[in-house]
Amino acid sequence: MTTQQPVDAQAPTPVETIELERAVVKHWKAPISYAVLTLVALILMVVLGRDGDATLRLASRGDLFALPDAVLPARPTGIVVVILLAALTALSFWAAATVRRLGIWLPIVFGLLFVIGFLSWSGAGAMIPIAGLLFATVGLSVPLIFGAMGGVISERAGVVNIAIEAQLLGGAFTGAVVASTTGSTIVGVLAAMVAAALVSMVLAVFAIRYFVEQVIVGVVLNVLITGLTNFLYSSVLTDNPALNSPERLPKLPIPILEGIPLLGPALFRQSIIVYAMYIIVPLIAWGLFKTTWGLRLRAIGEHPLAADTVGIKVTRLRFWNVTLAGAVAGLGGAYFTLDSNGAFTREMTAGLGYIALAAVIFGQWHPIKAMAAALLFGFASALQQTLGAIGSPVPSEFMLMLPYIITILAVAGFIGQSRAPAASGKPYIKQ
Amino acid sequence: MNPEHSTLELRGITKRFGALVANDHIDLQVKAGEIHCLLGENGAGKSTLMNVLYGLYRAEEGQILLDGAVQHFAGPGDAMHAGIGMVHQHFMLIPVFTVAENVLLGHERALGGLAGAKQKVREISERFGFHIDPDAKIEDLPVGVQQRVEIIKALSQDAKVLVFDEPTAVLTPQETDELMAIMQQLRDEGTAIVFITHKLREVRAIADRITVIRLGKVVGEASPESSSTELASMMVGRPVELTVQKDPPALTDNQLEVTGLTVLDAIGQKVVNDVTFTVRGGEVLCIAGVQGNGQTELTEAILGLQPKATGSISLNGHELLGKSVRDVLDSGVGFVPEDRKVDGLVGEFSISENLMLDRFQGAPFVSAGTIDRGARDEFATEKLGAFDIRAQGIDTHVGTLSGGNQQKVVLARELGRPLALFVASQPTRGLDVGSIEFVHSQIIATRDAGIPVIVVSTELDEVVGLADRIAVMYRGGVVGIVPADASREALGLMMAGERQAATAEGAAA
Repeated sequence: MTTQQPVDAQAPTPVETIELERAVVKHWKAPISYAVLTLVALILMVVLGRDGDATLRLASRGDLFALPDAVLPARPTGIVVVILLAALTALSFWAAATVRRLGIWLPIVFGLLFVIGFLSWSGAGAMIPIAGLLFATVGLSVPLIFGAMGGVISERAGVVNIAIEAQLLGGAFTGAVVASTTGSTIVGVLAAMVAAALVSMVLAVFAIRYFVEQVIVGVVLNVLITGLTNFLYSSVLTDNPALNSPERLPKLPIPILEGIPLLGPALFRQSIIVYAMYIIVPLIAWGLFKTTWGLRLRAIGEHPLAADTVGIKVTRLRFWNVTLAGAVAGLGGAYFTLDSNGAFTREMTAGLGYIALAAVIFGQWHPIKAMAAALLFGFASALQQTLGAIGSPVPSEFMLMLPYIITILAVAGFIGQSRAPAASGKPYIKQ
Repeated sequence: MNPEHSTLELRGITKRFGALVANDHIDLQVKAGEIHCLLGENGAGKSTLMNVLYGLYRAEEGQILLDGAVQHFAGPGDAMHAGIGMVHQHFMLIPVFTVAENVLLGHERALGGLAGAKQKVREISERFGFHIDPDAKIEDLPVGVQQRVEIIKALSQDAKVLVFDEPTAVLTPQETDELMAIMQQLRDEGTAIVFITHKLREVRAIADRITVIRLGKVVGEASPESSSTELASMMVGRPVELTVQKDPPALTDNQLEVTGLTVLDAIGQKVVNDVTFTVRGGEVLCIAGVQGNGQTELTEAILGLQPKATGSISLNGHELLGKSVRDVLDSGVGFVPEDRKVDGLVGEFSISENLMLDRFQGAPFVSAGTIDRGARDEFATEKLGAFDIRAQGIDTHVGTLSGGNQQKVVLARELGRPLALFVASQPTRGLDVGSIEFVHSQIIATRDAGIPVIVVSTELDEVVGLADRIAVMYRGGVVGIVPADASREALGLMMAGERQAATAEGAAA
């Protein structure tokens, strides 16, 4: 007999959407995360503050024009940064208390400030090459981005792709061996794609044809490919170095663009495989949301039975898209041996496949967002390497944790509930 | 070829699932411009037959003919191409897609891309007066509108034969009337319509011909002029009592008082919004409403399953809100959950194990931490007889039982201990008529024992039959509480959220 629903005089028209009354829910996750980070900054940069100047080198050779070095006195910079961080945190608390939404600018500005403060603190009395840091960021992100694209395609089609690690590793190994034997890096890249696609096919067959639990198949594949490449590496490659000395893909600087200060060297002094990435990521994003391929792909990942009832061959489509996902991830594998490293080494992917999977989820199954997530992780790794090289005050073991801590904080603190494709991980069983 | 041939003809369709014969040599003819009702109980094989027709299942025997030509469907794509459209019981729509994207899916080239699909949606929408925005997301639309999108999907493929599989299960009475008007309009335009249902009222309102099937076989054709009793006995195979027999309520002092109950979901929506009602011992309060208007959350809140609930739920003066499910059960609440297979039973457990599922603490079934098998089996054997559970024995896995027998196991467990309150959510969903009669008689017996009873049902017939009072829920709130003899029209309006109907009825009462 009681209700507070607003009641129309007329029966509801069918076009209106379902809107339930909402209670005021205050989300404290983000402000608390900011507060914790501000506290960390306070302890590091002020309480444990260091004296001396940090020199951030912004220029690099070949720039169109040279940016001057930024010299940051560590302690004052730290104090200013902490004050600004505290202000942003307060703003975030105020927004949460009054149930207001702040834009995406807040985490970005917060993150930038934190990074500047952290750099000036850890680099006190030293020089940090920023252009090099960005170059390393792109380099470390490439395999993650390709892996994440493989994850996005596969999961959008309804198959959980834990096997990104295996696809990267299989691609890296095959790329190295084939490029060494044929003497052609391009053939090596193609072979890496084929090898990763084959790994993916195994996943596809077990997951789609035999309805095996997809996470299990993926993990087993990761272990299998790790063991297989380890075995072949120690029993074949170490005795025949000729099989593991591929030519590396040449760096092809793009004129003029490469001269842009800071970003030019990082983005436009790369090999063909990185340039391919610049095309592939937007292409996948466009394909997923604007083409028939994408419409059908998303349909079978959301509601395969509905797709079946309009005549889409769910099983076949899933199979080929999971295979395609493997081929894309294989490019990331090829990057390891044919671009960044120049030879295959034991377990060289080092769990990056799992981070790529985290980037998929962090990026809410969207190619562009997943790429951003992968870049964030790449930046954290690059930061760890750079600071390790200049002698950071933080123990190197802690620095190694940095990328993972950032990933966890980013996923837990700042990303809301993300919704996976509804049928992801569920086999489609027909009567 | 005979120009008078049927648009659709099924000849001797037989479909088996293992040992079960779901369809046994079924024949059916449907002509253009007629509504052919396929009437049968839950589990009679109607949906199986339509899935065969639609190419989702492959029949072991039999032929499908369209306009006199034998068809071979390898999948739904072929059936659709041949001109068969289907409005599925569970909508085949992708919730995160827009209306136009759902229409486009699978026919990208034929419709000429998204722009073409939008145009098509607008055209069909205009023809039938649907007012559907092609860019609306499916998950934001009410079920009634989603169903229209299903119809648009079928019509966008120029279907000659349109199958409606239990289309009214999710609709309010008014929406049902509107759907029937649409079906008549389609018929008049020359579409052959197959209308699958078990609701006698609808069949009699709209059918041109009626074919009754029972246990996978065609029992015969019935005339649309047949009475409900005739149709029901044909459908069930024996005379059926359609009304629930009960005496006027004898109220006792037991009572459940729910005051200002509000339940929030994960994203802060008030799925139950400030609900207040009282149920006295000896009466049945039925909670009516279209599926998904907060009924599930309300019953779960009573049982202590909803974490974000505020207000008060007081049973005989004791507050239940905030207590653990264990404590709520111990205070004498019996609960029949909405989905017996998921929440009511453990399919892999035996009948005897399921019957003691909520009594694993202490006597009589557990002593010194171990199960007393003697007590357990004795209890199970007794309940097997008392609740007429048809099974090989008490060790039979519950998962292998029919829906009706599964529900009897749930009832036997929940009614098998001293109760202070009985809550049954959709107690007869998907059951055969015999089991429905049994469940209803058990509910009435519980009421007559002086226990407050809450029954949630989306079936208006059941609500009207069981209730002493009816509370109608709409978007989380209770629109009104009316006596059981409230008119169907008034209830229908209340189910669509109209409060005037409630107050008018309330004043009349």
